Amino acid sequence: MKRLILAAMLAATLPLGLSAAPALSAPAAAPIVHISNFTFGPQVMKIKAGQTVTWVNDDDIPHNVTAVDKSFKSKVLDTGERFSFTFPHAGTYAYFCGLHPHMTGSVVVTA
Amino acid sequence: MTDPDHPSTTRRDALKCMAWAGTGALWALNGGVASSTMLGAGPSTKPASFTFLQISDSHVGFAKPANPDARATLREAVAKIAGMPVKPDFIVHTGDITQLSRDSEFDDADQILRETGLPTFYVPGEHDMLDEGTGKAFLGRYGKDSLGAGWFSFDHQGVHFIGLVNVADLKPGGMGRLGAEQIAWLAKDLAGRPASTPIIVLAHIPLWTVYAEWGWGTDDAAEALKLLARFGSVSILNGHIHQIAQKVEGRMVFHTARSTAFPQPAPGTAPSPGPQTVPPGQLHALLGITDVAFHRGVERIALTDSTLA
Repeated sequence: MKRLILAAMLAATLPLGLSAAPALSAPAAAPIVHISNFTFGPQVMKIKAGQTVTWVNDDDIPHNVTAVDKSFKSKVLDTGERFSFTFPHAGTYAYFCGLHPHMTGSVVVTA
Repeated sequence: MTDPDHPSTTRRDALKCMAWAGTGALWALNGGVASSTMLGAGPSTKPASFTFLQISDSHVGFAKPANPDARATLREAVAKIAGMPVKPDFIVHTGDITQLSRDSEFDDADQILRETGLPTFYVPGEHDMLDEGTGKAFLGRYGKDSLGAGWFSFDHQGVHFIGLVNVADLKPGGMGRLGAEQIAWLAKDLAGRPASTPIIVLAHIPLWTVYAEWGWGTDDAAEALKLLARFGSVSILNGHIHQIAQKVEGRMVFHTARSTAFPQPAPGTAPSPGPQTVPPGQLHALLGITDVAFHRGVERIALTDSTLA
């Protein structure tokens, strides 16, 4: 009986939790770069200083995110894995995939 | 297939080149002839004809829809090697041994390949450089007799083998890369060798540009090829693109092997070079190994690509 109640509680909270997640992240407008079909999208990500960019690998092949000036570098990202980096200062930060270097992108940070 | 840069190329050379540029079926025919020649060769004091086996892109650890078990297909490749009528002298693995450079993946690959009982030489693919030390895991296992990021050379039956690394320290916007240090080493390695020495080069990414849009080439390959140009017989064996592609340029033969893990699309036929998922039952016909026979006398190799089907 206890188990049943627990299951019912879980069933009740689960949909709530799921619907709450997008609502919570929406105001922050978290900038996300999707790695898909061996491209970074958007290729040029425009953000304000202090914002955090998250890359997520949607491909069936691992990729990484490597700054040209070496200021940031992710570990290898397998399918579905993410990497985040916060850009405190204005500037243009070019990056590429260290495995497939023809894949390039940049983050343009304004003050 | 004659090369305008080599006006001295004879008709016989041209015919050889045409043979090289032939279809998979023709390769197989050449391979068959080479094998029967070898069987009748008998003991000799001169360097003998021999065969070796190329295996590539085993991606141990890969478990996506394109192939849910890359370990199993590598095992099938190993079983195929065990069943060969002529035992190859050794195996060369042209990179992407693992999917993510994990110790467990290297361990499994080792264990599966050890069952062949044959010496195996490895050049790394970009998937073998993903540990925190950017290739240290690979070098720890396979780099004992190598230099730099894992390059090496050795001689076998009068043929000079060179293993190159074109997946280390890649540059933004580029393709594969050998780097100045390795090219300088190659120049030294080749210096003083007679032009009649047959050369076989192993590297992961093709040393000719198969498709720049997908990074299927090596930016500074021309510098290496320049050093190899004076040799009479140069064969360059690659992997990386998970399909057979071949080219003849002057006295140089370029060939890429199939993967034992999953196929990739032909250049430009898909939005990206990612793993190609094929209908059930078709995967094995797109995976395979390459048997390389070195023909003594003509001093050339013949390749037989066979599938796991």
